[in-house]
Amino acid sequence: MSGQSASSVAGGLNPLRQTKPRYGEAVIRGVLTLAAAVSLFTTFGIVISVLIPSLEFFAEISILEFLFTTTWTPLFANPQYGVLPLITGTLVITVIAVLVAIPLGLGSAIYLSEYASPGARKVLKPTLEVLAGIPTVVFGFFALEFITQYVLKPIFPSIQVFNALSAGLVMGIMIIPTIASLSEDAMAAVPSGLRDGAYALGATKRQTALRVVVPAALSGIVAAFVLGISRAIGETMIVTIAAGLQPNMTLNPLQGMQTMTSYIAAAGSGDVPTGSIEYKSIFAVGLLLFAITFVMNMISIRLVRKYRQAYQ
Amino acid sequence: MSATLERPFDAPADIDLRGHGQPLVDKTFRWILFLCLFIGIAFLAVLLAYVIIKGWPRLDSRLWTNMPSIRRPEQAGAQSAITGTLWVIAFTALFSLPIGFLSAVYLEEYAKPTSRFARFVEVNIQNLAAVPSIVYGILGLAIFARALALGQTVITAGLTLALLVLPVVIVSTREALRAVPQNIRHGSLALGATLWQTTWRQTMPAAVPGMATGTILALSRAIGEAAPLLLLGAVTFISFNPTGPFSAYTTLPIQIYNWTKESREEFQVLAAATIVLLLVILLAMNAVAILIRNRTQKRW
Repeated sequence: MSGQSASSVAGGLNPLRQTKPRYGEAVIRGVLTLAAAVSLFTTFGIVISVLIPSLEFFAEISILEFLFTTTWTPLFANPQYGVLPLITGTLVITVIAVLVAIPLGLGSAIYLSEYASPGARKVLKPTLEVLAGIPTVVFGFFALEFITQYVLKPIFPSIQVFNALSAGLVMGIMIIPTIASLSEDAMAAVPSGLRDGAYALGATKRQTALRVVVPAALSGIVAAFVLGISRAIGETMIVTIAAGLQPNMTLNPLQGMQTMTSYIAAAGSGDVPTGSIEYKSIFAVGLLLFAITFVMNMISIRLVRKYRQAYQ
Repeated sequence: MSATLERPFDAPADIDLRGHGQPLVDKTFRWILFLCLFIGIAFLAVLLAYVIIKGWPRLDSRLWTNMPSIRRPEQAGAQSAITGTLWVIAFTALFSLPIGFLSAVYLEEYAKPTSRFARFVEVNIQNLAAVPSIVYGILGLAIFARALALGQTVITAGLTLALLVLPVVIVSTREALRAVPQNIRHGSLALGATLWQTTWRQTMPAAVPGMATGTILALSRAIGEAAPLLLLGAVTFISFNPTGPFSAYTTLPIQIYNWTKESREEFQVLAAATIVLLLVILLAMNAVAILIRNRTQKRW
């Protein structure tokens, strides 16, 4: 670092001078930087691997036809590639999941952050987080075998074996820990002075939680919601197992439907010949999925940064 | 006169300053919040009870001594899936841990807080953590299986899952490094140690428990992952144990998925039994992680 300037000190002894340059340290720094760059290569690899086959796909099928027509039949003799049924399926299931996860996740977060005693918190929080560690294939099995059969069928006798409702409900439960733990982090970052101020003005605990803490932590809470929605859109196994594999342009949650992810899973696990238009369609749907979740992740990252700056 | 003392601001008579209407609303609110938390936990309890009860008749040694079979469910087991999982996870660990540790050391110990490159890598990792796992499957299919011609093998699966869990390894290692107090670094540097000597001999050893916990959590995520492997050949019917990195394979989550798709009830029971096995493995790993954390918790 200071090797050159130190050696130019006229004739004097410089005890602080480094006696020999340490090339090893430079090599190590290089290796570390390279390791950090692997994550950049990963993103680059994802973009390249979805983009190139997608471009070939869009050379044959126009983007307008892909995005705005309503028939998805890649396996038919006369295949059609209108992605709207897959988007509808994704949307219906995501909306159901979000309707479950947002109230339950936020409620859990407020309870853990504002109400639970430290002892109760120490037990309840890890227990809730066990949900996040359950493999999604297990949730899928449970949705198909238990929720559809024993919970939903008695209520809706007309429900199909594969349906969007059970997949959406179970997915909602799956996302609770994501939303709860990020929202709780945001609420924990709210300075306790704000709470004390509210109490001093005579607010009750509920008023303090709802009108002071939640608004103060809002950007973090919204970030949690956005990340939860992004996870719901990208979830594969639950929908593949419980929602069926039939593209279905409907808003009726009692029917089966295919999502973007379950199409990729179904087509990708079959014997699709490389280079065929059907093979390329996997990547086109993958590109769409990546683009949607990328935008949502970026929004979430921005929002988290906002609340961190506000309270640090 | 006494009235002015009680209501000094001339408040309208219908506003009750003592607020004795509040406690009931507040109590109800508290119960609703608790219910939110309770639903998630109750769901978990029902799920566990259901798979254990359903899988109970098949929870015996057939599960790990026998190979999968489509024709004879009463003889079918999941041995090839168990060994396949071990092979794949070994390669996942081999690739993701060194890269993850080194990346974390770079970001936490070497990069300047103002470095543009470091900030860019950081945002990139945050995004990668939230990329759908099936997209990693596409990456694995296009790059590892096809472009690098590794095919649908153990090593392709290991590489793909390594990239998938890399953000988890990096984030948890960074947290472990951050928990090591600055004094230790300053002391070492002041004695003339170089940055790497400080990192390798002081900071990293102090962070080992935290790194171990994060590692276990990352690998348990990889063990449960199924979606990317659907695209990487794991769904084919495999009734042999992998013999090396270039062998065909299947894993426990994929075997569960395959049995779930079968219409005969015996296979559903088998799927439930395999789920119990998978959950026991994950539970054991998490217990070890918690044990390490509690045993080595150090107050600086």
